Amino acid sequence: MMRFFCILLLSLSVFSSQADVSTSPKANMHETTETPSVVNDALIIQASKKLAASSLRKMPAQVKQFAEIEHPKVRYVLTQLMNGDLYYVKATKQIVTREKDTDGSYKIWHGISKAALPNVKRSALKKVKTNNAIRKSIRGLLAQLDLTSPDKGVRLAAMQELLSKPSDETVTLVKKLSLKEQDEDVLSLMNSVIYVQQLSSADAALQLEAAKALQNSLEPSVKNALEKTLAATDIKNIELRKALETAISKIEQKRSIFSIIENLFFGLSLGSVLLLAAIGLAITFGVMGVINMAHGEMIMLGAYTTYVIQQVFPQWIEYSLFMAIPAAFLVSGFVGILIERGVIRHLKGRPLETLLATFGISLILQQLVRSVFSPLNRQVAAPEWMSGSWQINPIFSLTYNRLYIIVFALMVFVALLLILKKSSLGLHVRAVAQNRDMARSLSIKSDWVDAATFGLGSGIAGIAGVVLSQLTNVGPNLGQAYIIDSFLVVVFGGVGNLWGTLVAAMTLGTVNKFLEPVTGSVLASIIVLVGLVLFIQKRPKGLFPQKGRAAD
Amino acid sequence: MSNKSGSILLDLKNKFNTLHWVVASLFIATFYVTFCNLVFAEGSIFHVSSYTVTLFGKYLCYAMLALAVDLVWGYCGILSLGHGAFFALGGYAMGMYLMRQIGDRGVYGNPELPDFMVFLNWDALPWYWAGSDSVAWMVVMVFVAPAILAFVFGMLAFRSRVSGVYLSIMTQAVTYALMLAFFRNEMGFGGNNGLTDFKEIVGFSLQSESTKLGLFIVTAIALAFAFFVCHFIVNSKMGRVVTAIRDAENRVRFVGYKPENYKVWIFVVSAMIAGVAGALYVPQVGIINPGEFSPLNSIEMVIWVAMGGRGSLYGAIIGAIVVSYAKTRFTAIMPEAWLYGLGGLFVLVTLLLPKGIAGMLPQLKSKFDEKFGKTNNVKTSTPVESK
Amino acid sequence: MNNKAGSPLLAQDHISPDTRHGVILYAENVSVSFDGFKALNDLNLYINDGELRCLIGANGAGKTTLMDVITGKTRPDTGRVSFGQQVDLLQLNESEIANAGIGRKFQKPTVFEQLTVFQNLELSLAGDKGIWVSLFHKLNSEQKDRIAEILKTIGLTANETQLAGALSHGQKQWLEIGMLLAAEPRLLLVDEPVAGMTAQETERTAELLTSLAGKHSVVVVEHDMAFVRSIARKVTVLHQGSVLAEGTMSEIQSNPDVIQVYLGEEQG
Repeated sequence: MMRFFCILLLSLSVFSSQADVSTSPKANMHETTETPSVVNDALIIQASKKLAASSLRKMPAQVKQFAEIEHPKVRYVLTQLMNGDLYYVKATKQIVTREKDTDGSYKIWHGISKAALPNVKRSALKKVKTNNAIRKSIRGLLAQLDLTSPDKGVRLAAMQELLSKPSDETVTLVKKLSLKEQDEDVLSLMNSVIYVQQLSSADAALQLEAAKALQNSLEPSVKNALEKTLAATDIKNIELRKALETAISKIEQKRSIFSIIENLFFGLSLGSVLLLAAIGLAITFGVMGVINMAHGEMIMLGAYTTYVIQQVFPQWIEYSLFMAIPAAFLVSGFVGILIERGVIRHLKGRPLETLLATFGISLILQQLVRSVFSPLNRQVAAPEWMSGSWQINPIFSLTYNRLYIIVFALMVFVALLLILKKSSLGLHVRAVAQNRDMARSLSIKSDWVDAATFGLGSGIAGIAGVVLSQLTNVGPNLGQAYIIDSFLVVVFGGVGNLWGTLVAAMTLGTVNKFLEPVTGSVLASIIVLVGLVLFIQKRPKGLFPQKGRAAD
Repeated sequence: MSNKSGSILLDLKNKFNTLHWVVASLFIATFYVTFCNLVFAEGSIFHVSSYTVTLFGKYLCYAMLALAVDLVWGYCGILSLGHGAFFALGGYAMGMYLMRQIGDRGVYGNPELPDFMVFLNWDALPWYWAGSDSVAWMVVMVFVAPAILAFVFGMLAFRSRVSGVYLSIMTQAVTYALMLAFFRNEMGFGGNNGLTDFKEIVGFSLQSESTKLGLFIVTAIALAFAFFVCHFIVNSKMGRVVTAIRDAENRVRFVGYKPENYKVWIFVVSAMIAGVAGALYVPQVGIINPGEFSPLNSIEMVIWVAMGGRGSLYGAIIGAIVVSYAKTRFTAIMPEAWLYGLGGLFVLVTLLLPKGIAGMLPQLKSKFDEKFGKTNNVKTSTPVESK
Repeated sequence: MNNKAGSPLLAQDHISPDTRHGVILYAENVSVSFDGFKALNDLNLYINDGELRCLIGANGAGKTTLMDVITGKTRPDTGRVSFGQQVDLLQLNESEIANAGIGRKFQKPTVFEQLTVFQNLELSLAGDKGIWVSLFHKLNSEQKDRIAEILKTIGLTANETQLAGALSHGQKQWLEIGMLLAAEPRLLLVDEPVAGMTAQETERTAELLTSLAGKHSVVVVEHDMAFVRSIARKVTVLHQGSVLAEGTMSEIQSNPDVIQVYLGEEQG
């Protein structure tokens, strides 16, 4: 399974010829670094004064000149100008920006350094003049600015912008730039821009060439352009139509592959959540034969632990999860041991009674949480590093939180396997699982092992709660939603078999996510449930049953 | 005593006592409630209000449901956490009929379609609503709908020898799936809101006090009949086979019985009793919605039986009434405490009272006898161990 | 399964073995393995109609597995098992096999603990085991006499109304034998019948089993060699899942293979 997963990740990166790790290109585009180069500071201030004083007629030239200055603030000033937010102080020709405050007064800043100018009155300001023509030219200049930006992300974003509405002028620019471009990703995007433009050319041969060249592009606007061209193409132009159609169908094929991979990714991440939720249960059920209906509430306690930690240390949200994981393990594990010692121990060998008693406990815990916190859902903040996504290509990205969850779930799984395989606790646990009486006669304290096992299983449920708090709202019913699924995973995988649990969780997660777009989420879970009921009746002992004479 | 036929007769005599007891006390209780409702005027301390009558009617439905659960759990060892599904299916069968009885008195005044269908812009009844305006069809469906579900599930589960906690979880999964399904508007059962705003049943207005009383009496009769049926089954050879299945299913196989067939049969019978309970419940509370499918409901039924004493039919009835009454009182005084109470009940009953109230009675009796020096060899049977 | 699975509500058909060749049980080339361990390895065994056969062998020789295969609890990987000439046991499930006339007493006595001794026997009586029949079943006088007779045979007449769970270990053994008798099987498979019995009870069991032979065929698995010697006419020795030797007790005791296996094992 692990190997399968690795291969999958590998294949993902192979597919992504345009892989890029910038979190959010859009954000980068509008932010400018706050370290203006000292050399150009004087230049830009000078130019800005000219800009302020310029007449409308001379303005385009001034703007062009201004745009040629290599300074990080250029973009900002031009954007302000385009939006009509740029002013200047009449006396000094110093450009400023202003913003209406909540109390109606204006905040005024220096246009370039962004230093506050508290002593300037509003009446002393004047708007820098613009008109539509100027705005248009600024737009072009800005695009050009972005296209030549040293930041790859900015260039990519600018190129994407161009793709949706290329103009002859910009395409000529792009053509020029593409000769110098070093970066492969940017270059391929540039080619797309050029070819998209070429699609609307009057020359059928050029169009044909463009259509053929574009079949590898995944940009949504490329597909739009192709479709638009196809619609506009004369029916008699069979060759071009065919080329366009192939290009579109090729793109669609690729898209569907990526959407399958995306579903797979969602499925695996859901599977990871299921794995985390179920694996604790697999241990308690597999080893002790105890059905713990309060398992879901152990998950819930873990989620609330995360909430409490974030409330107690609001300044350390970034690290809250690292604190919450051990804390949730301890809290849920402790409660689990309490339940085992207080109730389950007395119901040994009576699984149905255990089921009922633990169900009672789950009701009490839910109500307890309702009384202590609130019946309402609680919002758990996500640390910065959990948000954002890994943009692999224009139509395919992996969100970091899901990615981390998959990795984390596998880590927990491996850790658990190691504990069970290598540690003395694990040895005792397995001994008790296989033959309780024999283990006891070998002076293994089966009581102690039971408590420890139950604590371990519950603790892992707590960890699952931490993870869930990152995906859904934290409420008293959090656990209930997962308990049936967890049981199904355990039963599906085969009781007492951790690998079975892994495979079952991943399978169920994936199947669910593949069904969802077709049937809707409710029907998908119903189908999965019914399918499982049918499966269980074919193979009552799950995917990987324990065989042998003793297993009766 | 050494005469074997004599022992059977003695056996029968003992059993018939409990049957008589239960039917007689049911009769007296029903008579009392009816009498006090009709004869004493409002304001008199003896007066039983229509609200209370309906409440009692509800309890009797629950008691019937508890009988159904006890039949499979107490006697056959099948812990069903999904009996709410059968109850709800019976309820929906009744609800569909009541819905059609509204006729054009609904908000939209459509003579054919219930309001929610008009709201969804449907222009005809779905095929499975066909016949729902006939009483006979409704009665058939009250039995058949739960029976089909029980039969299909039973065939699948028992044939493949799914048992114990696996089975319990499966039953819970099924009712959960049904709940999700019935929440969907496309199912054609009113979605989230379910079926409600009923006007009349077989021509009697549901708002009138006499109808309420009538429904209560019908429920009491149905309960008595259900008790009789269960009692008959449990005391036939069938009942002994089923008990044997509970305690040693594999052994039963080697004696030549097919446990899965017996289990399917008793599961179906139990489902039908639950269905009837649901059908009688709906006109009294005036609504049926997917919430009845919720796993929590089903598990609450189990605690009635556990509390009353599983493997004892009258225990199930007592348990259902006691716990439901406690719930009514608790939720009225401090609603949030009820779940603590219910949860605590689960833990305490399983830990301290494995045989429930019915199991306590013989113990109390023997203690009483001991104290007062009576020589009586009341045999307290060994505790019921479930498989 | 085959068409015999049918609806659960239908009465069961009665199947009876064809024993014109004098053989009531054929087990040919039967192999069973659990996770690579061969519990039965190409085993061949024939039981004659009316015979009393003893099966002996060390633990793990495959005696109980063989019983499991015959009664339908375990399905063999390969091989053929038939009751008489024509009844293919591999096509039937446990209850059908029981109804066809193969009764089994388990190693660990299993009786229905929550039922009385009388009820245990009542359930075991031969006859239709269908649902409707059970529901409206009334014992006729013939059946009552039969139960009384069995109670006398197994010495539990006084315990008739007692719950079976309250019986002693030895009494449970007897009750289980009684249940076998009530079912009137053509073939009885008896797994360690005298474990936990007193010497006197053992003797009575030996008597009972020998008296049953002739009318019924009996296969006894037993570790108690003295007991085997006292009842056996023909003994089969199982070793590592196959038949090692077959013959009278004295033949077996002088068989070099048997001596080698047993003595070798004991010394090694």
